[in-house]
Amino acid sequence: MVGIVAYGAYVPRLRLNRQAVYDANKWFAAGLRGLAKGERSMANWDEDSITMAVEASRDCLTSHKAEDVRNIYFASTTHPFKDRQNAGVIGTALNVEQNLSATDIGGSLKAGTSALIAGLNASKDGAPSLVAAADKRMARVASANELNYGDGAAALLCGTENVIARLVGHHSVSMDFVDHFRGEDAEFDYGWEERWIRDEGYSKIVPPAIKAALAACKLTGSDITHFIMPSLMPAVPKLMAKMAGIGEGAVRDLLGASLGDTGSAHALVMLVDALESAKAGDRIMVVAFGQGVDTLVFEVTAEKDKLPKRKGLSGWMARRKEEKNYMKFLAFNDMLPIDKGMRAEFDKKTALSVLWRKRDMIYGLVGGKCKVCGTVQFPRSQVCVNPNCHAIDSQDPYAMAGLECSVMSFTADSLTYSPDPPAYYGMITFPEGGRFMADFTDSDKDQVKVGARMRMTFRIRDNDQMRGGFKRYFWKATPV
Amino acid sequence: MARGIKDKVAILGMGCSKFGERWDSGAEELMLEAYKECLNDAGIDQNQLQAAWFSTAIDEVHVGKSGIPLSMTLRLPNIPVTHVENMCASGTEAFRGACYAVASGAADFALALGVEKLKDTGYGGLPGGRGGPLQALWNANGTAPGNFAQLATAYMTAHGVSGEDLKKAIGHVSWKSHQNGAKNAKAHLQKAVEMDTILNAPMIASPLGLFDCCGVSDGAAAAIVTTPEIAKALGKHDIVSVKALQLSVSNGSESGHNSWDGSYFHTTRIASKKAYEEAGIKNPRDEVSMFEVHDCFSVTELVTMEDLHISETGKGWKDVLDGFYDADGKIPCQIDGGLKCFGHPIGASGLRMLYEMYLQIQGKAGPRQLKNPRIGMTHNLGGAPRENIASVAIVGRYE
Repeated sequence: MVGIVAYGAYVPRLRLNRQAVYDANKWFAAGLRGLAKGERSMANWDEDSITMAVEASRDCLTSHKAEDVRNIYFASTTHPFKDRQNAGVIGTALNVEQNLSATDIGGSLKAGTSALIAGLNASKDGAPSLVAAADKRMARVASANELNYGDGAAALLCGTENVIARLVGHHSVSMDFVDHFRGEDAEFDYGWEERWIRDEGYSKIVPPAIKAALAACKLTGSDITHFIMPSLMPAVPKLMAKMAGIGEGAVRDLLGASLGDTGSAHALVMLVDALESAKAGDRIMVVAFGQGVDTLVFEVTAEKDKLPKRKGLSGWMARRKEEKNYMKFLAFNDMLPIDKGMRAEFDKKTALSVLWRKRDMIYGLVGGKCKVCGTVQFPRSQVCVNPNCHAIDSQDPYAMAGLECSVMSFTADSLTYSPDPPAYYGMITFPEGGRFMADFTDSDKDQVKVGARMRMTFRIRDNDQMRGGFKRYFWKATPV
Repeated sequence: MARGIKDKVAILGMGCSKFGERWDSGAEELMLEAYKECLNDAGIDQNQLQAAWFSTAIDEVHVGKSGIPLSMTLRLPNIPVTHVENMCASGTEAFRGACYAVASGAADFALALGVEKLKDTGYGGLPGGRGGPLQALWNANGTAPGNFAQLATAYMTAHGVSGEDLKKAIGHVSWKSHQNGAKNAKAHLQKAVEMDTILNAPMIASPLGLFDCCGVSDGAAAAIVTTPEIAKALGKHDIVSVKALQLSVSNGSESGHNSWDGSYFHTTRIASKKAYEEAGIKNPRDEVSMFEVHDCFSVTELVTMEDLHISETGKGWKDVLDGFYDADGKIPCQIDGGLKCFGHPIGASGLRMLYEMYLQIQGKAGPRQLKNPRIGMTHNLGGAPRENIASVAIVGRYE
């Protein structure tokens, strides 16, 4: 029996206060007042869909070994690279390369569910598949989307052993109903009138699709315990459930008040939210709309309660810092021609040959452990760093991304260029051995102290805008 | 131990340009300014020079690579010119090369000249982004102030010094250098500063404020060295000879092995110990008359005075507050204003430190002249606390 064997999520720490956005823009767009409630997640300047997907995948793999993963499907409408396997970056960050198939899935808001269907089908014979979905969508200043969207990610591990949510069935329809689109050269979505989308799109396309899925699963609407269907129109999921005979009490919260709509990831983000509280026997229906409909039905098993604890959506939601500075949101998203100063002009050209040679170090945070003296060190080098050893060619690879570390020394640097000054960085030491001078992220003055416990997180280090936006990724330390 | 350099080399002449924001000069003019004074002081003809060492650290923003810029600028008589670079310790490196040439007998007269022209970059602080292609992929997005600020964090942690006490002590380091710099007509900053101004200055990299950081300056300094015998034969009196030249370079244990706590300079401890041995100094706190150390940041100077084995480890801040290193203290430090006020044109700094020692020992230091100094020690540091080059030199009266 194939199904979901583990789940994980990721939500950026910053939560943009919608009232603050509205207050800045109401002179121009007073009509947005109804949306000026609650907050939306806001990626830090060093986060994108890849980094968020890596974090969600790590959360998901809390209970499983990355090296057992045979397929990675990465769904997004904001893949950082048009031509470069985005899913492969996730694999390298997880230190999986061999026996791995990596696939990017995009082009629609149902990319997340399409990736999940692909992952489940690929896992039928037992090969575990990791499905990650993340989006960090841009929206025009003073638009409804700017308030409605959120940044986030989810990850699901599909397999056949210790299944926590068995796949009962799935059904898809595909039709070119263009409610919105984002063309090749566009940064922002362009959408049609909501009433038309509701009446001619959702209402005519979704209910038949749900009914077909229920029929395929030999279920009726009243069998569904949790109904998941993202939509920017909060009334639509309720309407769709009603039209399909699903009880109103089954309709899951859209998480709009505190997170926002995470695009192609949102159906899976909501699924993780549902899985966290679901009980054995619950039936979960996931519906995603986007030039057609994907519908999946799961039944929660008794294995769910045995799944080791992880942060999950609730854990990442609880790690929260309110951001009322709308200007910062604009600057982080390159929507503000801010004066970065000459220190921002240093060339960020990446030697791709070096990146390839050192990919386990840079993307996997793999150091070395000396076979002679046992010293763990980063980076791995040919001569052991231990002053009492200095053995040559003695080190085995040693993965360090999952290790906790602590701050030995730090500073808050106002001189160096950082999109979010001051730049926090410092010497971090690992109790197993090993240390390096690391950039810190998601850090505040009151959190960064000598001895503070930190974890490593995969982030953007630089963005080479001179060459079309080659993003350099590396690991940063962040307070536990 | 090897026989060492003690008393094998004498400084025949030295020169130093005015340091500062030399909008009027390029590297070439600065080089010539220092060289003219040096050659005149040495009293020899340019054609007698047999070898030269040329130091710059960030040559890509001014002269470019190789020994050619020195040879071209001075129109040297087609002698060997070696371009040396060892970060901020480059100046002492040029001096070391010239001294070894004389000590080996390869040259009777050798020139060391260091220069840095930094004020053509368009912004304050040092140019960044100069690591190799791998460093660019993982090194923290740091600056010199940020790296040295962590020395302060670690020092406070290691010795239980409160933030307030440390801030006062490092503030005093800078206050003292401003007092001294005010008496130096060649210094970049020649203004005494109140303690309150220092303590309340804007933060650059916490806990280092504006006055904890040395400025970025343009300048050049030069030395011509020979043997003491030749110097005497040329009729020189009050000869200043080299007593020790030691260099210690990090091998990665501080930055990569958990045995280092971040609160001291491993290399400075090694280099200074070897230098005392080479110079035959048993008790440096009693025998050294004065110091010019690498006060790129106030905390660097404080910690360095411990690593040079003058102040007890963890107690240097008390010596500083007691005025031990002030101009009228037991061992004056940075009597010329130091990097803090004389300035820090990187490739020239090590030679600038020696210039002050040379003037003081000869009694030519004008309004800041100390009473009868006999032994002077310089400490020239390149890099960051975790990975660096510590270069020390001891010079003194030739007796």
